[in-house]
Amino acid sequence: MQDPSSTDIVVPQSARFNTPLCLKSGAVLENYELVYETYGELNATKSNAVLVCHALSGNHHVAGSYADSPKSVGWWNNMIGFDKSIDTRKFFVVGVNNLGGCHGSTGPASINPKTGKCYGADFPVVTVEDWVQTQARLADHLGINQFAAVGGGSLGGMQALQWTLDFPERIRHALVIAAAAKLTAQNIAFNDVARQAIITDQDFHGGDYYSHGVVPRRGLRLARMLGHITYLSDDSMAAKFGRELRNGALAFGFDVEFEIESYLRYQGDKFVDQFDANTYLLMTKALDYFDPAHQHNNDLGAAFRAAQANFLILSFTTDWRFSPERSRAIVKALLDNDLNVSYAEITSSHGHDSFLMEDRHYHKLVRAYMDNIAT
Amino acid sequence: MSSNIDQPVFNVMNKLNISTTVSRPDFAAIAAWIKPCSKVLDLGCGDGSLLRFLRDTRDARGYGVEIDDANILACFNNGVNVIQSDLESGLLSFESGSFDYVVLSQTLQAVKNTENIVKEMLRVSKEGIVSFPNFGYWRNRLQVVSGHMPVSETLPYQWFDTPNIHNCTLGDFEEFCRQHGARILERRVMNRDHQITFLPNLMGMLAFYRFEKQK
Repeated sequence: MQDPSSTDIVVPQSARFNTPLCLKSGAVLENYELVYETYGELNATKSNAVLVCHALSGNHHVAGSYADSPKSVGWWNNMIGFDKSIDTRKFFVVGVNNLGGCHGSTGPASINPKTGKCYGADFPVVTVEDWVQTQARLADHLGINQFAAVGGGSLGGMQALQWTLDFPERIRHALVIAAAAKLTAQNIAFNDVARQAIITDQDFHGGDYYSHGVVPRRGLRLARMLGHITYLSDDSMAAKFGRELRNGALAFGFDVEFEIESYLRYQGDKFVDQFDANTYLLMTKALDYFDPAHQHNNDLGAAFRAAQANFLILSFTTDWRFSPERSRAIVKALLDNDLNVSYAEITSSHGHDSFLMEDRHYHKLVRAYMDNIAT
Repeated sequence: MSSNIDQPVFNVMNKLNISTTVSRPDFAAIAAWIKPCSKVLDLGCGDGSLLRFLRDTRDARGYGVEIDDANILACFNNGVNVIQSDLESGLLSFESGSFDYVVLSQTLQAVKNTENIVKEMLRVSKEGIVSFPNFGYWRNRLQVVSGHMPVSETLPYQWFDTPNIHNCTLGDFEEFCRQHGARILERRVMNRDHQITFLPNLMGMLAFYRFEKQK
């Protein structure tokens, strides 16, 4: 048995792809790079690989931490690792930064070989389908013919769903957590307000802010503050912040007074330092466009006719951004196709963010499911 | 109802090569009615052990429906498909006629809207199978006669904490089926691992029925 601490240190790797990628939009990327991390060992039959797809603001750093920065813990470290629910003694876990991202994979801030300058506004709009294509190429690069599982929360869960449609023979299990088969109008509306905040920032410069040496901080910060509100539940905000005042008394002004204001501003400021505004625009578009039923006359059951995988679908009771109802619609489509599916609705007070939280029951469910599929 | 619908369960079970010494004779009784490779829906499936038993002995596949968190986890551990949902809100996720069998194993008596559940069972499946503790069992009757609500092996709760709100006897259930468009195909009455054919409504602890929609 490996020393648990040795699995904690990870090193990002990168793969370069020179085969042109035809995107759903019709645009073509001649070449691109994907940054990824792996945890655990790929077994001799290459049957124990698990691909973890990230959500809007995530990246390839899923678990463990970097040797030079012990605080740099991966975003799903409570789920993945030595003796954790997705146990790296059993599984070879792959985390990848999606195309268009801002953590090393080719994206708007990368140099466009045609111009020698940052892509900026020229970076094409990418979709969930495009990401799945690039992830399959990464699997080829790693010698993985079939994933034991592909999973993720939120937008990550959408990628897992798309995998079962585009590569039905390359995925045995899909872990679809706090996801939806399409966004509601309300969800698209939130995304558009976020985009408008960025695009109307005077430092945005039509997406080419890199050459002006500025970033649309104000817009990205507002976008994140808005998003953050929708990831929490009313109850969890009330419990965490209530109407607490920072200085104990009303100041009759417009500076930070309530704790929730302070928290959101802090989250916004922190985010601006680590995320690219153009990537934020791309990620929200990928969310908005995802709708596998669309080309099947809006019949989700018909959309899943191609799928063969087994499914784990999880939702959280207080998640109003990707509500349990959205997950139940996925379950219904899978049942209509006689596919193996298990569905649990987890009681949690943390809203959409629940999928990232430490929760005994949630983690036990994932562990039980994963233990059954370990070969 | 005459007792000629009571099939000799153990002959059937021997033919199916199912051990009669399994720890759950009630599972074996249900399994004996399930044709190999069938698609089964188990309502109120608990920890999933019946579904697992049917998978292992009948190569059956299907889904359980369960509401309790601990049971959902147990189903995951048993490696069976389970959908967390409240039976009382109906079976809308399931298409009409999409199952060979829908099973309600020792759950009928705890369901609030009994009429709706049976109606839904007949909608989603070709055949329904229910089992329930026979309230007409002589020991239960004796306790009522002596002035107390029955507490027994199959009805293990006190009156104040029982989830069993709709107890019935064999006679009650058969009357219910007649009134609700369900045609009984087979009945088995058990007392632990023995089949009861003599005075079943008095001597039987557990009742099993297989039924279909009245044509």
